[in-house]
Amino acid sequence: MLINQFLFLAAILFCIGVYGVLARKNGVMVLMSIELILNSVNINLVAFAALWGTRAPAVGTEATAATIGPVFALFVIAVAAAEVGVGLALILMLYRNRRSIDIDDLDLMKG
Amino acid sequence: MNFAITIPYLLDKVWIFPAIMAGSFLIILFFGKRLSERLTSGIGIVAVTACFVLSLVVAGQWIARVDHPPTGAEMAAQEAECGATPSEANAEDRASEDASDDGSTSVGSGDQGESEPAADTGSEEGSLPAVGVGPGESASAPPVETAAPAAASAEEGGEGEAVPPVCATFTWFQSGEREFGAGTLLDGLSAMMLFTVTLISMLVHWYSKEYLRDDRRFTHYYAFLSLFTASMLFYVLGTNTLQMLVGWELVGVCSFALIGHWWEERANTNAALKAFLTNRVGDVGLILGVIITFYAAGAKSFDIAWINEYALSPNASTGLLVVGALCLFAGVTSKSGQFPLHTWLPDAMAGPTPVSALIHAATMVVAGVYLIARLYPVFYSGLEIGSRGIHYVALIGGITCLVGASLAFVQQDLKKVLAYSTISQLGYMVMALGVGAWTAGVFHLFTHAMFKACLFLCAGSVSHACHHTFDMREMGGLHKKMKTTHICFIVSGLALAGIVPFAGFWSKDEILVGSYEGQGSPYTIMLVMGLITAFMTACYMGRAYYLTFRGEYRGHAHPHESPKLITVPLGILATLSAFVGFLNWPFYFPSAGLVHRFEHYVQPTFLFPPVEVAKFNPYIAVFSILLAVLGGVIGIGYFAKGRPLAGLTDRVAPLRWGYQFLENKLYLDKLYDGLGELMRGRIAAAMYWINMNIIDKVVVGAGVASRVAGGLVYRYVDQGIVDNVVNGSGAASESSGQFLRRSQTGKVQQYASLLFGGAVAFVVVLLITIRLASNV
Repeated sequence: MLINQFLFLAAILFCIGVYGVLARKNGVMVLMSIELILNSVNINLVAFAALWGTRAPAVGTEATAATIGPVFALFVIAVAAAEVGVGLALILMLYRNRRSIDIDDLDLMKG
Repeated sequence: MNFAITIPYLLDKVWIFPAIMAGSFLIILFFGKRLSERLTSGIGIVAVTACFVLSLVVAGQWIARVDHPPTGAEMAAQEAECGATPSEANAEDRASEDASDDGSTSVGSGDQGESEPAADTGSEEGSLPAVGVGPGESASAPPVETAAPAAASAEEGGEGEAVPPVCATFTWFQSGEREFGAGTLLDGLSAMMLFTVTLISMLVHWYSKEYLRDDRRFTHYYAFLSLFTASMLFYVLGTNTLQMLVGWELVGVCSFALIGHWWEERANTNAALKAFLTNRVGDVGLILGVIITFYAAGAKSFDIAWINEYALSPNASTGLLVVGALCLFAGVTSKSGQFPLHTWLPDAMAGPTPVSALIHAATMVVAGVYLIARLYPVFYSGLEIGSRGIHYVALIGGITCLVGASLAFVQQDLKKVLAYSTISQLGYMVMALGVGAWTAGVFHLFTHAMFKACLFLCAGSVSHACHHTFDMREMGGLHKKMKTTHICFIVSGLALAGIVPFAGFWSKDEILVGSYEGQGSPYTIMLVMGLITAFMTACYMGRAYYLTFRGEYRGHAHPHESPKLITVPLGILATLSAFVGFLNWPFYFPSAGLVHRFEHYVQPTFLFPPVEVAKFNPYIAVFSILLAVLGGVIGIGYFAKGRPLAGLTDRVAPLRWGYQFLENKLYLDKLYDGLGELMRGRIAAAMYWINMNIIDKVVVGAGVASRVAGGLVYRYVDQGIVDNVVNGSGAASESSGQFLRRSQTGKVQQYASLLFGGAVAFVVVLLITIRLASNV
């Protein structure tokens, strides 16, 4: 089995996500980009799990990559959900206070 | 043995003794002011009486233990608890010591037993842990390991005769990996002291209730009485030298406070200060001795058993032991009123009489004797008792005997006669220990506590009757008016003089015989000193008796017999002084079971040097009795008018000079005062000149120089260098801050891109490194 396609997909998603995080002004868009990064990692995890799961497990390893990979992915999804919840709440409060969600305006820590 | 079942085993719980008395002290201290005299004294009396009853139980249980000694592992564990090495080491050491002077008949039993373990295995194994000189060596071996061989040796070697003391210890403090314990050590000696201290203290508590009735500081007095008893018991029961040091200082403080009980009078405060300061002189020696013996024994433990074991081991350092023993003896010299530091004891009579009986006759002053008896191996090995080495202890003891007895002649104050007599008798005890007659010395301590306490309390009773005076010139003829006191005084006086059936005779005779037979060679000088002292003792007691109770009454008061609270303790003590001598009955009559019971139960058999116990010698006994009777006759005859002896010292010039010499207390106080005077006079003037002309110049010069130097330092170093450095560092951090603040834009995305860039750079470097590494 070839996993190149999956890895390409993941890499593209990751790059889009990084670009979004670094360049977008809209807070919601930044959050969505973070989701993209996380999900690209998920794709990697699942792809490698599928790849190694089809092979014979190494001697002595009981929990194989086939089970560990998806479980990790599930963890990441759960954590991402929580993170988005917090992040959206932050942005909501931001909007209430300043009527804007442009994160360029948030430079209170400027030295 | 029946009572041992119904009554809990007390030997390892003797801490309750000081605890009870300390509790009594605290209660009286905190609540005494609000309670009536009756309640205050009641608290103390109940506490001390309880202690006395318990001490009887303890004595009984100790006797049972000696009769049925523990065996095997139990004993080894107890030895370990006391800090001794629980292995054949002890048996080995003592066996080799026995072998070295095998010619002498060894102590009672155990000899046949000790020769056996010497023969069996592990001789080099035995000698190692006993000493532990090497600094790298670990602390004493854990008891579990060594318990088995000890048990084995105990069983096969018939070591059952050596009864180890009962110890109960806990960890007091830790220093590094060393653990220092504290706790109680109970053996025959401490059980005997326990009994003596609680008995005398109890009687004094009773007595004081009457004697100090309506005193200004009644609660203060009872509080200190309790504290004193507590600290004396603490001292007696201490399991290591540090505890003993603490107890020693505590009794010193109590002594100070009680001597100065009536501090409104200048003389009393001076006496208290004198006692305290003279004791300080010796205490320095004691502290040094404790430290030296600690380091001598491998710097591992202050435990008495450990130090004694070291002192008895064949490879102990004699030099260290000599210095250690001499330093400890300095403490003994001051506390037990040995020559030349005895001068505080007569002045200490400024305190209330019951205090003199308790502290300055029966208990505290024998603390020094107890110290020698407790650390006897140190003195035995260090000062080579029993060999032809230094007879320092015996010599000082003998001199003290003579000095005390001769000074007792010239006192007009009844209490001072008794005080000097105490000094003299303490000298006896120290001399006995110095000639190796351990049991004799300790036995004399025991009997002396009874009869001297009785004498002091009699003196108190007399003074109670005669308007609080102790001056014998204002007494006389009291035998008709104070019958009980009179009889008690006679009995205890005869005991002190060493007349035959009374207690003092038996113990004094043992000392004399001990110095006559000696350890291997006789101590003839000590014997002569002892005999002369016996003569003089009877003589001054005869004088004191005559002046107090016979002749015509010369005072102005209306003497009367004292109330029951005073006469009952007198009666008890007089009875005891008549009979306690039989505790060490030397004859095999009427039954062999009665012989030397005191020695059998009190003399340690565990970690104890092989001293030789002298047998009863009828010639010395008869001779000393004759001397005593002669002395008594002369003492009384001197005052009986119309007899040839009357007023002898006024008529014969050499005797008169002697009298003056004695009356001035051998000029010792003058000497000490003279030293002080010299300090104040010439030396002080010289010091003043040196002070004004040299030291002051130096000081002023130093001040000027330092001011100039300070100016220079200020101008160049402080302003020039230090300030510039400080300002420069401030400026540098400000400018760097100004430079760096530009990077702090506050924009999250910039930070994130920096983070991301960094991560990418890191990954790139990682990849390159891996590539390079895999290529190579």
